[in-house]
Amino acid sequence: MATATPTIPSAGPLPGSRSFLSRVRDGDEIARLVTFLFAASVVLITILLVYQLWVNSALPRQKFGLRFFVTQVWDPVMDEFGALPFVYGTVVTSAVALLLAVPLGIGAAIFLAELAPPRISDALQFLIDLLAAVPSVIYGLLGVFIVVPLMRTVIYPALNKPFGFLPIFKGPSYGVGFLTAGIVLAIMVIPYIISVSREVLLSVPRDQREAALAVGSTRWESTWKVVVPFAKTGIMGSIFLALARALGETMAVTMVIGNTPKIAASLFAPGYSIAAVIANEFTEATGDLYLQSLIALGLVLFLLTFIINGLARLLILVTTQKGSGSD
Amino acid sequence: MKRLTGALLAVLVLGVILCAAQNALLINGAGATFPYPIYSKWFDVYHGKNPNIQFNYQSVGSGAGIKQVTEGTVDFGATDGPMNDEQMKAFQDKRKTSILHFPTVLGAAVPTYNVPGVSSSLNFTPEALAGIFLGKITKWNDPAIAGPNKGVSLPANDIVVVHRSDGSGTTYIWTDYLSKVSDEWKNKVSRATSVNWPVGLGGKGNEGVTGLIKQTPNSIGYVELIYAVQNNVTYGAVKNSAGAFIKADLASVSAAAAGAAKEMPDDFRVSITNAPGKTAYPISSFTWLLIPAKIDDAGKRDAIKGFLKWMVSDGQGYAESLSYAKLPNEVAQKVEKAINNVQ
Repeated sequence: MATATPTIPSAGPLPGSRSFLSRVRDGDEIARLVTFLFAASVVLITILLVYQLWVNSALPRQKFGLRFFVTQVWDPVMDEFGALPFVYGTVVTSAVALLLAVPLGIGAAIFLAELAPPRISDALQFLIDLLAAVPSVIYGLLGVFIVVPLMRTVIYPALNKPFGFLPIFKGPSYGVGFLTAGIVLAIMVIPYIISVSREVLLSVPRDQREAALAVGSTRWESTWKVVVPFAKTGIMGSIFLALARALGETMAVTMVIGNTPKIAASLFAPGYSIAAVIANEFTEATGDLYLQSLIALGLVLFLLTFIINGLARLLILVTTQKGSGSD
Repeated sequence: MKRLTGALLAVLVLGVILCAAQNALLINGAGATFPYPIYSKWFDVYHGKNPNIQFNYQSVGSGAGIKQVTEGTVDFGATDGPMNDEQMKAFQDKRKTSILHFPTVLGAAVPTYNVPGVSSSLNFTPEALAGIFLGKITKWNDPAIAGPNKGVSLPANDIVVVHRSDGSGTTYIWTDYLSKVSDEWKNKVSRATSVNWPVGLGGKGNEGVTGLIKQTPNSIGYVELIYAVQNNVTYGAVKNSAGAFIKADLASVSAAAAGAAKEMPDDFRVSITNAPGKTAYPISSFTWLLIPAKIDDAGKRDAIKGFLKWMVSDGQGYAESLSYAKLPNEVAQKVEKAINNVQ
């Protein structure tokens, strides 16, 4: 993170004084070109993606216009399509997931990086990397067979009885719904947060800690007031990664969200997400307008990710300007 | 060294054989997932009998099947719901010829449920099913459900409706049936591979619906008959148009097709839900192959026609071992005649 750029040890004449041919022979120009092409391909793929989504969603754009974003009916028979319930479901489940995963993940990362004996830290890190590699359908199964029954028998009564007066904990529970999807997503993204945050915390220079300890702070004070703020940007990065995964997650969400395109205040209610409806309905979407509406939803998801990421980056920019040790 | 040369030679020979196999006439198709097991069996057996013809079938879903055959990216399509007039017209406009439907086998959708304390098979009237799926019948002990289930103690619990979340031929059959027996359903929801469900949770695929029902007490949903049979899912009987409660099986599904055979239109685009006949199971349907009426490539045309002829005769013998109901004789004969329409 905060490492100085190493200077390239130059053997021979300065780069500027070498002929183009000799640079090609040395591989510098080739390396430059190749890596540039690789970097450009990312931009190209993004542009192509947006272009394709845009071109293939012309029909709903003409028919519904901006109404597509605010209507709630999804009726393939009557050719009425609105994105709002799916946008709502995507945002709510991702928010629930981050609310649960961020404190847990960062707490675990602090323990692993700062407090745990290195051997335990490494062993746990191995397990966490393993978790990050588990396919999402497995998490979906975990959701269906463990979280869903647990939701109905334990979590729902525990939240509904004392807090049932709050709109978000009102109503019946079917086991599947926003909260269940949020919990499963949280389980899925925690490994990302832990893994990246731990690496970032470990890379904080040792003298930062020593300086804090030297001026008389306790170990926790040095961790919380010096090391964590130093690593803030990197930790935020891990949260972005988690958010991106939560927004786009398809299979596991489809299995536990209830697949009902309705907006409900209650977290126990069944809902739907953008990725889930595309996965569900794309293959059998017969009408042109129907198919293009699904593609338009893909574009909406892209926009949503873009906006949320942008907002989050803005947030970081604002907070880091107030002065933390990070670069 | 000798052994290595031998091995290399063997690989070479194998490669040549594989390449030779590649030279067989390849016919591409795409569409419905429901008949995929029987289609792949048929194509495999047919290739065994006619090594120079090879069918390649992608089970990408009925909607994609219709789209691909319309655009001409595949030689034939397959669908669980017949193409509507609009789609037929789109095909005509694009390909300057018409598309023909050929029924191949039959499937059915069955109501499955999880009611604590009820282990016997329940009877459902059309009114009860429509009421439940419209969200108007909300308790298991509602007279509309309890009436035909004398002797079964149904609880006063809220009904949880479960439906397919993915677009599916099974949903088409189910909603087609509900549209026929309930005007309210027809006007409010209608029939399609995905609809705007008035109530309920969505599960992905037959396994998703079954999973949700197993996990949710007091739930009811529908699954494809073959899935229910192969996975020992308990399912109920449905009252048919003759007033008898029929539990779906291969015989009662074939009976529904036989009942409808008399009024079979020439293009085979017919719904056989709520079909006449005392033993007919009312939530049954054909599944169709979609073949262009004019195929320019003579080799492909002959191969497809040959396959269709074999499919309605010998091919039907493979259906029941895979739990598909076969075409009744009247329909099979009619299909055989219609094969000549492919030119």
